[in-house]
Amino acid sequence: MSTTTTRDLASPTPAEATGARPRRGPRGSRTLSFWLFTSPFLVGLIVFVYVPIGWSLYLSFFEARFTVTPSEFTGLGNYREILSDSGFMGSLGTFTVFAAFIVPTTWALSLGLALLVDRLRFMRAFYRSVFFLPTACSYVAASLIWKMSLFNGVRFGLANTVIGWFGVDNVAWLANPDPPWYWLVIVTARLWLQSGFYMILFLAALQNIPPELYEAAAIDGAKPGWQTFRYITLPQLRATSTAVILLLLVAAYQAFDEFFNLLSKTTWGRPPLVELYYTALGQDQNYGKGSAGAVVLTVLICVVTLLQGRIMGFGRGEEAK
Amino acid sequence: MSTSAHRMRKRAGRGGVMGSAGLYIATGVAALLFLVPFYLLVRNALATDPEITGENWKFFPTHIQWGNITEPFEDPTVDFGRSMWNSLVVGVLHTAGTLFVCSLAGYALARIPYRHANKVFYAVLVTLMVPAAVTFVPSFVLVSSLGWVDSYRGLIVPGLFSGFTCFLFRQYFLGFPKELEEAARVDGLGHWGAYWRVVVPNSLNFFAAIATITFINGWNSFLWPLVVGQDPSAWTVQVALSSYMTNQTVNYHLIFMATAISILPLLFVFLFLQRWLVQGIAQTGIKG
Repeated sequence: MSTTTTRDLASPTPAEATGARPRRGPRGSRTLSFWLFTSPFLVGLIVFVYVPIGWSLYLSFFEARFTVTPSEFTGLGNYREILSDSGFMGSLGTFTVFAAFIVPTTWALSLGLALLVDRLRFMRAFYRSVFFLPTACSYVAASLIWKMSLFNGVRFGLANTVIGWFGVDNVAWLANPDPPWYWLVIVTARLWLQSGFYMILFLAALQNIPPELYEAAAIDGAKPGWQTFRYITLPQLRATSTAVILLLLVAAYQAFDEFFNLLSKTTWGRPPLVELYYTALGQDQNYGKGSAGAVVLTVLICVVTLLQGRIMGFGRGEEAK
Repeated sequence: MSTSAHRMRKRAGRGGVMGSAGLYIATGVAALLFLVPFYLLVRNALATDPEITGENWKFFPTHIQWGNITEPFEDPTVDFGRSMWNSLVVGVLHTAGTLFVCSLAGYALARIPYRHANKVFYAVLVTLMVPAAVTFVPSFVLVSSLGWVDSYRGLIVPGLFSGFTCFLFRQYFLGFPKELEEAARVDGLGHWGAYWRVVVPNSLNFFAAIATITFINGWNSFLWPLVVGQDPSAWTVQVALSSYMTNQTVNYHLIFMATAISILPLLFVFLFLQRWLVQGIAQTGIKG
């Protein structure tokens, strides 16, 4: 393993220059150190990341109910089943609707909050903390507040109390898919939870915009306000915006907690992970079909991530600066 | 930095008492809206059930029920105290373990020259494409074959090997000043010694930032504890809260008090560690 005879004289590393551990020679010592440092992580990565993915690929070709060591090979049967499953395909539709709501609204709200906080002269830290504080809440806790208090379907929910002042009847926010008011509940809960986090990212980016740009724009006659925002701030935030949108999409794809808790007894509004949960860990414990679903979702998210990076030119704005 | 000049210019540009007042009113209204859910939580936690669900809903309850504080711990249906303890153990060990394995690997990938380091790095990068949440079915299959269901091992160990955290440490160590390490090596320390005596003590800010984010994510995570903790004795606090929502009998003030208590540890983290948290997020742009 450790080759002590061939010394790579060209590599100008400090280890070589000082020559610690003369017994084994620098390269042998480095090889040993490298594996000493990385092996705890790599062993774990193989056992808990690579093996499950491989195993799930294997299971997806077998009939595996209530067992993880199946014997009946079914070829692409599980894939055919999951791709014609109305629940699973519907969950991809649910994700699309959810992403269409949550990505633009979070982007706009977190950018708006960052612009507000960035302009403040007094109590900046206070307001930043207030907007950031919901990040401390779990999705479960927020779901509980939203379901039991804010958007409770009866009179004592705050939302129904408020619309009651204007003479509007109570709305069963979660218990009725038509009209689909549950989206309002789901989207506001997530907006509240995650906007402060993305606001921090935008704040950091805003402070990195060189002030000379604004000075130059002022000299050129740009009015402060919309014009400067449109032609200076927004283009300068391009890299951050792209990263935020990508993070939001991936997070929306993995949405589970609030759907599971807010819509626990319903059959509508199931995003992919919730659907997968009921397929693989529900009554019939169909690991084969569940694994096929996991593989499909994994492939989809890889494709989306790669395409996104291509189309939006991930990171290009940073280099241009 | 130039940020103060930046702000100065903007103040001059905005100017005007009206614009400034509008700015503060808009921010104030937004802040109040953000605080409403917190207020409802605390209000309901310290109220009686009739005051939560009654016909005449009032913004302020008439009598604050301090006795509610101990009620979740005395509830016979859900062992709330146990679930808090489980969350604490899982959160602390998850954070310590993640920091340990990921920082070592990140350091080696950044700083120990080795012929195949690039191949190893690609093997780590590939895992970033697959979010851990998407693979919960195969992970559960593995953990149940190991017999780790309903155990701390099952809750903690599979989550330690985050390719993303390792990647963050690598990026950080790439920028770590070489001179410090060289000095340590002149003093006769190997990689291992230099790492623990020089590199780690000089990187505590970064470790604190990653630790804060990791702990928050561990405490708040729900899907994996739900899958692994099937027996109530292995529930984390998030799973316990979720079970309240599906219970037959609904005891409102108890549920809200339990939720408030579950958030408290993180509020402390936020108030006292916010500097590192904000720094960590701004540097890395991550959560979850």
